[in-house]
Amino acid sequence: MTVSTATATTSDPIAPKAVRGSPVGPRSFAAEPGRVVRGIILGIVGVVFLVPIVAMIEFSLRVGQPVDGRQAYGFQHFVAVFDPVNSRAYGVLFQGIVNSIGICAITVLIVLVLLLPTMIFVELKFPGLRRALEFVCIIPITIPSIVLVVGFVPVYSVVAGIFGSHPWTLSFAVGIIVLPYAYRPIAANLRAIEVVVLSEASRSLGAGWTSVLTRVILPNLRRGILSSVFITIAVVLGEYTIASFLSQNTFQTALILVQHTDPYVAVIFALFALIFAFVLLVFIGRLGSGSPRPRRGGPRRLTRRPE
Amino acid sequence: MTNTRSSARNAARATPAVTASQAIPLAREGAAVELRNVVKDYAGHRALTGVNLSIAPGELVALLGPSGCGKTTVLRALSGLEAISDGQIRIDGADVAGLPVNRRDIGMVFQSYSLFPHMTVTQNVEFGLQMRRVDAASRRARAVDAIEMVGLGHLGGRYAHQLSGGQQQRVALARALVTRPRVLLLDEPLSALDAKVRVQLRDEIRRIQTELGITTVFVTHDQEEALAVADRVAVMRDGNIEQIGSPEQLYTQPATSFVATFVGLSNPVAAILAGATVTAYGATLPVLGTAPADGPVTAYIRPEDIALGSRGIPATVVASSFLGSLRRTQVRLADDSLLFVQHDVRERPVSGEPVFIEFAGHPVAVSEREE
Repeated sequence: MTVSTATATTSDPIAPKAVRGSPVGPRSFAAEPGRVVRGIILGIVGVVFLVPIVAMIEFSLRVGQPVDGRQAYGFQHFVAVFDPVNSRAYGVLFQGIVNSIGICAITVLIVLVLLLPTMIFVELKFPGLRRALEFVCIIPITIPSIVLVVGFVPVYSVVAGIFGSHPWTLSFAVGIIVLPYAYRPIAANLRAIEVVVLSEASRSLGAGWTSVLTRVILPNLRRGILSSVFITIAVVLGEYTIASFLSQNTFQTALILVQHTDPYVAVIFALFALIFAFVLLVFIGRLGSGSPRPRRGGPRRLTRRPE
Repeated sequence: MTNTRSSARNAARATPAVTASQAIPLAREGAAVELRNVVKDYAGHRALTGVNLSIAPGELVALLGPSGCGKTTVLRALSGLEAISDGQIRIDGADVAGLPVNRRDIGMVFQSYSLFPHMTVTQNVEFGLQMRRVDAASRRARAVDAIEMVGLGHLGGRYAHQLSGGQQQRVALARALVTRPRVLLLDEPLSALDAKVRVQLRDEIRRIQTELGITTVFVTHDQEEALAVADRVAVMRDGNIEQIGSPEQLYTQPATSFVATFVGLSNPVAAILAGATVTAYGATLPVLGTAPADGPVTAYIRPEDIALGSRGIPATVVASSFLGSLRRTQVRLADDSLLFVQHDVRERPVSGEPVFIEFAGHPVAVSEREE
């Protein structure tokens, strides 16, 4: 039977073909800057970042006062940090680091146990609430830390009454501060992997919700989750206002404290913190270009094979 | 990267032919499917208004209809992805309406491929078997069979992003079939593919379905696809089935004006109904099926039931399209009506040329005339 249908006309071979590209001249404006412009921009940005870091390194290597305008350099201050003799002097700093690591761990736990399941649940079951959740997660970035602290003080009088005044209780406040940063990478990853379709496909293949979550969704959210975790750690290690106003000893408050007695050590630790944050960011970048990658919406260009 | 791409392209070209013997391990008796008065309400909107549908074991039924007619809702209700508001869904006589999707023993292929991006082709296909706790050796053997069946035996180690759209959909098909489901559900599986691959995969789906004898429901909005692939086509409109029948029945004996206009191309013309015949432009034509009361009606005349001739109704050529094996010409009548005429490619009318048209006298569908 020869069936001629209305749709047949759409494959009309005499239909005009779409014009590919446009007659763009060699000097037309491109969508992205050229190599030279890119180099200049990168150079300026690099200098902006490098100047303070180089200044910190230079400062931390200084030994004594300049003599006849000449400054002596050495690693004495670096060695002094790890000298047992100074353990009492720098004890507050090391205790601050331990406290910060604890706060990091609990804050990451809050992100993984509270934020992540909520986001997945909303995406799968209540997509209509997605905007509301996004709004709630973004709010902390719009409120200055000092304003938040004013709100936290009465809350923490209750928290201290329940849990005691331990540094780790700061995680509750920091968990709110990191929401905007933790939300974004997971949200982007959720959109990219079409989580609803994947969960429906796995359900149709006989998977229960636990298997859907552990075998399909979480492995595909790996990049978003790791990015989220690392950004959370970076934010926690940079948080000062809340810890200071709630009178807790963290890495940042200890750094300020030590700075008054030994500015060299404070700069050395600030340098370590910078390097740590830098390594984290590089690691996140590496994760972003890892393989296998999502089918679409991922950070890398599509390379789907032709038919 | 370039090497990978070119090897994938070569692999796609080298897609081996599939033999029936390779498909044998997946064969299983098809199940009878029945929907009884299935109703689905969304907030303030009734998506399905009491759908009744019986599908015989091993039959392929296509659900065809415009966007929003409820065809995907029927499929999702059948799969368990949507809970129904009322009615019964029976597979082999057992009501499965209360069962969750993962316990219905169905295979499903989605429009957007839906392969798991972090798994290879083989791992994707093995997933359903893993969920059924099939041992590793059997799992691997059955996965290999299924991948061979869809002609991708050489691509088992690839990830989804290393495959073309057509290859991804073949993998999705293998993944859905490897568990030997009772029913296979295909939700517009070809609509994301380009025209050539769409036709290839369409034919392949039909061949595999016939070989396996699996009961299949195929949702599509493409009438050509539905007519080509299905044993029966159910045309849906406004949340219910307007007509169900073989592709030929739907085309030659449309029960309603909607089916007449939706399936294939029809020319709606003003006519006068008198008993079992209608009169349009002076020609008397027999009426198909049940007709409304005598009086003014709209008759639906297929383009192939109109011929260009040397006498008959005078008309002027508006445009003419070459469609390969035939030519379709649009003509304007004296009352400004536009009609499509389908004719031999060797006739080449040009725009503005005066012509005559004749009705072949085949039965036509009619409906009450809408003012």
